[in-house]
Amino acid sequence: MLTLIGRRLLQLIPTLFFVSVIIFSLQHLLPGDPALVMAGEERDPAAIEQIRRQYQLDQPAPVQYIYWVKAVLSGDLGESMRIKAPVLSLILQKLPVTITLASMAIVVALVIGVGAGIVSAVKKDSIWDYLANGFALWGISMPNFWLGIMLIFLFSVKLGWLPASGYVPLSEDWRTSLASMIMPAFVLGNAIAAVLMRHTRSAMLHVLESDYIRTARAKGLLERSVILKHALRNAMMPVITLGALEFGTLLSGAVLTEQIFTIPGFGKLIVDAVFNRDYAVVQGVVLVTATTYMALNLLADMAYILVNPRLRG
Amino acid sequence: MKKTLRAAAAAVFLIATGGIACAQTTLRIGLAEDPDILDPTLARTYVGRIVFASFCDKLFDIDEKLNVVPQLALGYEIAPNGLSVTIKLRPNVKFHDGEQFNAEAAKYSLDRHMTMTGSFRKPELAAVDHVDVVDPLTIKITLKAPFAPLIAQLTDRAGMMVAPKAATEVGDKFGLHPVCAGPYKFIERVPQGRIVGEKFADYWNKDNVHIDRVVYLPVSDETVRLANLKSGGLDLIERAPAPDIKDIRADPKLKLATALGLGYMGIDINIGKGERANNPLGKSVAVRRALDAAIDREALNQVVFNGEFVPGDQWVNPENYYYQQSFPVPKRDVAKAKALLKEAGVTTPFDVDFMVAKGAEPQSVAEVIQAMAAEIGINMKIRVTEFATSLKQAEAGEYQAYLLDWSGRSDPDGNLYSFYKCKAPLNYTGLCSADVDRLLDESRVPSDRAQRKAIYEKVTRLLLVDDDSIIYLYHRRMLIAHTARLEGYRQLPDGMVRVVGLTLK
Amino acid sequence: MAEAALTTISVAQDESVETPTSRATRRLLRRKTAMLGLVIIAVFVSIAVLAPLISPYDPDLQTWSAVRKAPSLSHWFGTDDVGRDVLARVIYGARASLLAGVISVAIAILVGLPIGLISGYLGGFIDALFGRMTDAMLACPFLILAIALAAFLGPSLGNAMIAIGITTTPIFMRLTRAQVMAVKAEDYVEAARCIGNPHWRIALIHILPNILPALLVQATLSIAAAIIAEATLSFLGLGQQPPAPSWGSMLNAAQRFLVNAPWMAVWPGLAIFLTVLSFNLVGDGLRDALDPRSR
Repeated sequence: MLTLIGRRLLQLIPTLFFVSVIIFSLQHLLPGDPALVMAGEERDPAAIEQIRRQYQLDQPAPVQYIYWVKAVLSGDLGESMRIKAPVLSLILQKLPVTITLASMAIVVALVIGVGAGIVSAVKKDSIWDYLANGFALWGISMPNFWLGIMLIFLFSVKLGWLPASGYVPLSEDWRTSLASMIMPAFVLGNAIAAVLMRHTRSAMLHVLESDYIRTARAKGLLERSVILKHALRNAMMPVITLGALEFGTLLSGAVLTEQIFTIPGFGKLIVDAVFNRDYAVVQGVVLVTATTYMALNLLADMAYILVNPRLRG
Repeated sequence: MKKTLRAAAAAVFLIATGGIACAQTTLRIGLAEDPDILDPTLARTYVGRIVFASFCDKLFDIDEKLNVVPQLALGYEIAPNGLSVTIKLRPNVKFHDGEQFNAEAAKYSLDRHMTMTGSFRKPELAAVDHVDVVDPLTIKITLKAPFAPLIAQLTDRAGMMVAPKAATEVGDKFGLHPVCAGPYKFIERVPQGRIVGEKFADYWNKDNVHIDRVVYLPVSDETVRLANLKSGGLDLIERAPAPDIKDIRADPKLKLATALGLGYMGIDINIGKGERANNPLGKSVAVRRALDAAIDREALNQVVFNGEFVPGDQWVNPENYYYQQSFPVPKRDVAKAKALLKEAGVTTPFDVDFMVAKGAEPQSVAEVIQAMAAEIGINMKIRVTEFATSLKQAEAGEYQAYLLDWSGRSDPDGNLYSFYKCKAPLNYTGLCSADVDRLLDESRVPSDRAQRKAIYEKVTRLLLVDDDSIIYLYHRRMLIAHTARLEGYRQLPDGMVRVVGLTLK
Repeated sequence: MAEAALTTISVAQDESVETPTSRATRRLLRRKTAMLGLVIIAVFVSIAVLAPLISPYDPDLQTWSAVRKAPSLSHWFGTDDVGRDVLARVIYGARASLLAGVISVAIAILVGLPIGLISGYLGGFIDALFGRMTDAMLACPFLILAIALAAFLGPSLGNAMIAIGITTTPIFMRLTRAQVMAVKAEDYVEAARCIGNPHWRIALIHILPNILPALLVQATLSIAAAIIAEATLSFLGLGQQPPAPSWGSMLNAAQRFLVNAPWMAVWPGLAIFLTVLSFNLVGDGLRDALDPRSR
């Protein structure tokens, strides 16, 4: 068991190395000069040169990579060229925002996905099956930026029920925080709901047809009890680990959702940084999110193994 | 019921913007982008200037007619030989940290703009040799050569005053917490989240500041920005979407404030930068004038902007004093265009690489231009390029035609010099003409408007007729939409949102 | 007498045996949602192929007197912000969007399948190397990679397809590898090795056919995701260049006019939704049909 964990931890190192190489080269291969972007409409060749020197942009790419890795290993993720704030502080500032949004999205996804999955499995091949399927699939069949804009028009402009944008920390005022996060959480959660539905459905179907359940039914237990207590519990395990794995999808979805709903989280930070060629920000944030993703994966795998002793062998 | 819900939504915003929902009034302004660094010396974005209007007062400001008016300075006097300018400063002005504003502080700020590493104000103040303190409320700026646009520079970032003690302490991190002398004091900034300012109790014009707090929120999507305004989440938005003008005017809860902008939208043609200039359009004036003649500016304005914007053919808009009446905006003339092409001996059709910035407006404009050009046999191949890449490619001459949007400056020199002077920073076309250079330098000397206009007349002839390397299309109307509860708001041509003299009911 | 008995038995066996393919097909045909999906896909593919024949107008024709006109008899879907017929653009846009979906996935399979095969079959260091690289790619947010790649290659539909294809490759690599590892240990593969079959022959004849069902399912689902990805990249200005139509770029242009000219957004949005939903339904149906564990 420990050797398994140890081996997986070791595997993290080359993976992280590849992540760093991928994100670094992509940034530096992008056409466009960050110094020019920073200069924008004001063009002073001397100022541009100075920017290049300050951020080592005049060095060849491999050299810049080494500088960056050295800095990261000593805890310095660099500085945003655009607003001169340290990347680490930007990340720490936005972490609670992204976590709040992601958590709410996962809740939405669980409610929709698992709910639809259960209905679909229990009422297989009936009209409920199709409705549940459609409802969950709807989320990944529509571009999320589109859904977001439509929701804003409906709920903010036409009905005036919900604020169109803005983020309020949960600690400040939980009511308004929820009100402003419901729409973006719904948009984000939709994307994962489908995956959760599929897995819940198939896991439930397998369990429902297993001997274990036939025995429970034969014992004369209520149908509802059969579903909830026995089938669901067995089916949940893969679904839970899936939640962790979908973190990556969440982040991808967050990119445009945060843009549309003006939520100052990671997604917006990265996208703006890519277009502004703010290298340090993109590299730093992707490194942090990739590490988190891999850590979550590892935890999910370990949890799965712990719970299911048959896999330890 | 609906009203309560709307009020609730508005309350959400008040709290979201950090305000306490009791007695304080808060003005929430929606920006089209997140500003860059909030340091007048290092800043470069248009939106940044909007935010500075609350925090950092300048020596001078402008009015609707583009006349210079006092702000932190009371007046100026240009020496007869044009080589120095004496500026009288306003007394009893304090910075946000309590420091006194005086000639020493003014000299400090100007020196900072001119000498700090990374300063983007250097080219604007390049004509300045040094600044002297004459007495506690007077400074004298000595120039290397006469420079008429100097005062205009001092009505923008180059004239913004920073608190010397605060600035010296933090150096280039000043932008993280700016300390200036404007109507509002900087409180906090959440990057891409919000920028908050609170009324400055010791502001020199505090009697005209009635709103307690100002909050800037970047909402990049223009449709969402308007949606926020309509739902009560914002009180004012800049760059309101042009397609919704009718809708905004019809809405009793909203008001539209407009002013004809200082900038322009034009097509830069690569005539001398690198090998991409080697194409029929880049090589021949006749071909460029043919393209110019094939464009129906009226129709363009009608189709894309519902007739709201103003067609243009020069670097200043037709309402500007310096607009040359002898070169009016031409009507479309396809016959003339075809004749010019024939005269140039060019075989049609031929392709032109047309670099266009990302965005709904430039793309629509580009598509219409493309259709118009196609009628005379010029195939403009649209290439939507994101901002960063387009800057690099324009600089390097890796384009053939470039749809360029210039925000504009109050002095015509700002729309002209850097674009046409040989090897100037914004000269993407690659024009290098000794005559043009000489005239441009000459135009900077006289402080008399009529004299400058006469020089510009000669420049206009050279640039529009003999060269036509930049084809001007239209001038944008600055569109600011705000809630009807905001009173006293007037829009100026520079697009800035001035926060003094406003009341929020 | 014994021979007669033997032939009777063998005949009886032949009648009750059913090939896996026909069993899957039968199950797929029975699943109504998947059938609906197939029909819708067929409709859109025909629209895309027959575009020049069925489109009422040239999709690039700008009529400046008919800008942003509501749907009418002359323009069934209305006109857009520069006076082009929306129906024509939706029809021609089907080509770009469907092509984007299919080619991106084709690229992903072309690159991911061989890598997965080699990785799973050879194992050892190669497997570990590719494994870590794939993990790294999956750890970066997909959209950021796609945006960066598309920006790097230059904005165009073709480059968007390449960008989406490359970012989808890890999924297929993983899938192939998993299938290979499962099949590798089977007896008949061992047997094939024993009698001296070369590796490539084993891969082609024994392993590949076993991978196809799972590959088909994933391909269908990935096409759905790729169409959405193209819409997203076009929304950001990195996909189809104007004036050529694609559903994503139409949505991009339409968002300023949601209040004034909602038809500009409704039709391409609906087209994306129906197409992507159909691919998802078919993919799910295929998965159920090919799943050996369900009856």
